[in-house]
Amino acid sequence: MIIALDYFYYVLGALLLAVAGMALRDAHNPKRHSSALFWALYAVVYLAGEQLPPMAAGVLMVVMALIAGFGGVTLGRYGERTPEQRRDSATRLGHKLLLPALAIPLVTVLGATLLKDVQIDGGFLFDPKNVTLASLGCGSLIAVLIACLLTRATPLQAVREARRLVDHLGWAVVLPHMLAVLGLLFAEAGMGKAVAHVVTSYIAMDSKLVAVAVYCLGMALFTIIMGNGFAAFPVIAGGVGVPVLVGVYGANPAVMAAIGMFSAYCGTLMTPMAANFNIVPAALLALPDKNAVIKAQIATALPVLLANIALLYFLLDM
Amino acid sequence: MNHVVNLWPLLGVGVIVIGFALRAHPVLVVIAACFVTGLAAAMDVPTLLATLGAAFIKTRNLPLILLLPLAAIGLLERYGLKEHAQASIARIRSATTGRLLIVYLAIRELSAAFGLTSIGGHPNMVRPLIAPMAEGAAEVRYPALTDQLRYRIRAMSAATDNVGLFFGEDVFVAFGAIVLMQTFLRAEGLEVDPLHIALWGIPTAVTAFIIHAWRLHRFDAQIARAMRQGAR
Repeated sequence: MIIALDYFYYVLGALLLAVAGMALRDAHNPKRHSSALFWALYAVVYLAGEQLPPMAAGVLMVVMALIAGFGGVTLGRYGERTPEQRRDSATRLGHKLLLPALAIPLVTVLGATLLKDVQIDGGFLFDPKNVTLASLGCGSLIAVLIACLLTRATPLQAVREARRLVDHLGWAVVLPHMLAVLGLLFAEAGMGKAVAHVVTSYIAMDSKLVAVAVYCLGMALFTIIMGNGFAAFPVIAGGVGVPVLVGVYGANPAVMAAIGMFSAYCGTLMTPMAANFNIVPAALLALPDKNAVIKAQIATALPVLLANIALLYFLLDM
Repeated sequence: MNHVVNLWPLLGVGVIVIGFALRAHPVLVVIAACFVTGLAAAMDVPTLLATLGAAFIKTRNLPLILLLPLAAIGLLERYGLKEHAQASIARIRSATTGRLLIVYLAIRELSAAFGLTSIGGHPNMVRPLIAPMAEGAAEVRYPALTDQLRYRIRAMSAATDNVGLFFGEDVFVAFGAIVLMQTFLRAEGLEVDPLHIALWGIPTAVTAFIIHAWRLHRFDAQIARAMRQGAR
């Protein structure tokens, strides 16, 4: 293949290393050494990748968590332009400013749909296992290129701006990554079996409505715990869906699966464990309350979850 | 077979619940939960560290989607992308926060239903364009928009992106979740056509759109009420 995902690991690693270097030299950052160490360690994860011995990577992750957890990752100074300067260049550049921003989704979609099977000299253009991410990487680099041409800024300025955003995200950058690790560990420790055991041995599902409600609420609740619907689905569908809904009440497996997964998504909308959807946007949008996005979602998630119980009850044996 | 199920790993869930309830630092809560879960599953510390490390490396593709677009977005912000988005929405007089977000919800959910999940997203759409536009639309009507309302509008913009994505993508046949469900059901001895799973998702997808669009419709009235009360 010509464009492998690994290239973007190196790009990101280099970017994080630059962020670390700039943090180290930023006298306005009150904790520049620990901030720099945090970003440098994260750079190692991307630059060394699979070459890193698992135990070293584990120690590295714990050290990063401790630095971030005890407030060692702080903000510096970023030489931002004034609102007036920004408004001036906005008037000057107009809709052209949208070009690079829209180039990212456009290139990603093109790469992931039209170009995904393209081969040159017998090799795939994009890494076939990671088409979307590889195209997103291309889209992001193309967007930087267009933005630099448009604004006559240097690529170094783009790196500085990336640092400004990465620093403002701070520990929220690594939270989804560490939660994914916890999810894998939960799976390895047999969490699914334990939960399915508790659900099936302590709740009597002797009416269709109770069984349907236990299934949908179980999906949502377990997703709230795991932060990921894909982790909850096999557990609850295996513990309640197949044996009770299909086995006892003759459910159509397609209906059971479709509505079950959507019930899990209702859970995703309500949990800080789904950090990339709920906590990271709060950081990206500079919201003081880190749970603000979850609070905005609960009034959608709960009615949809109730609707799911009703839908599954009535559509069960279609 | 009850006696073979090890219930101790559930302690890890307890750590998460207590940690978030006590508002401890999320990263510390996660790391504590990792250790409790691992030790409860009878792993020794070196094995646990190696397990964590292997998983950390394996899942390093996850942050790419957040971090790669930041350089371009940051540069555009420096040259006034947010200001431009706000000025553009101010010129459309019928645009309100709620209406704008309903349109975005429709675009996001429909495009995701056709498998185009990369249209949208928090770093490359919501932060630079959607949230500033939603905020700008309110600002045109209420120049003295309070910070409290700004935060609520931004949070609602992010929520709209999530709702559109989640309830759209599962209606697309080739989406990973559908494959996961089909594979799971096959392992349980149930043969199901992926198309049927996708089709049976449509009632929920439509319900979610109606509920969230209704909330966005009412959001305009809530903003108006909050500003009236503030003016008194």
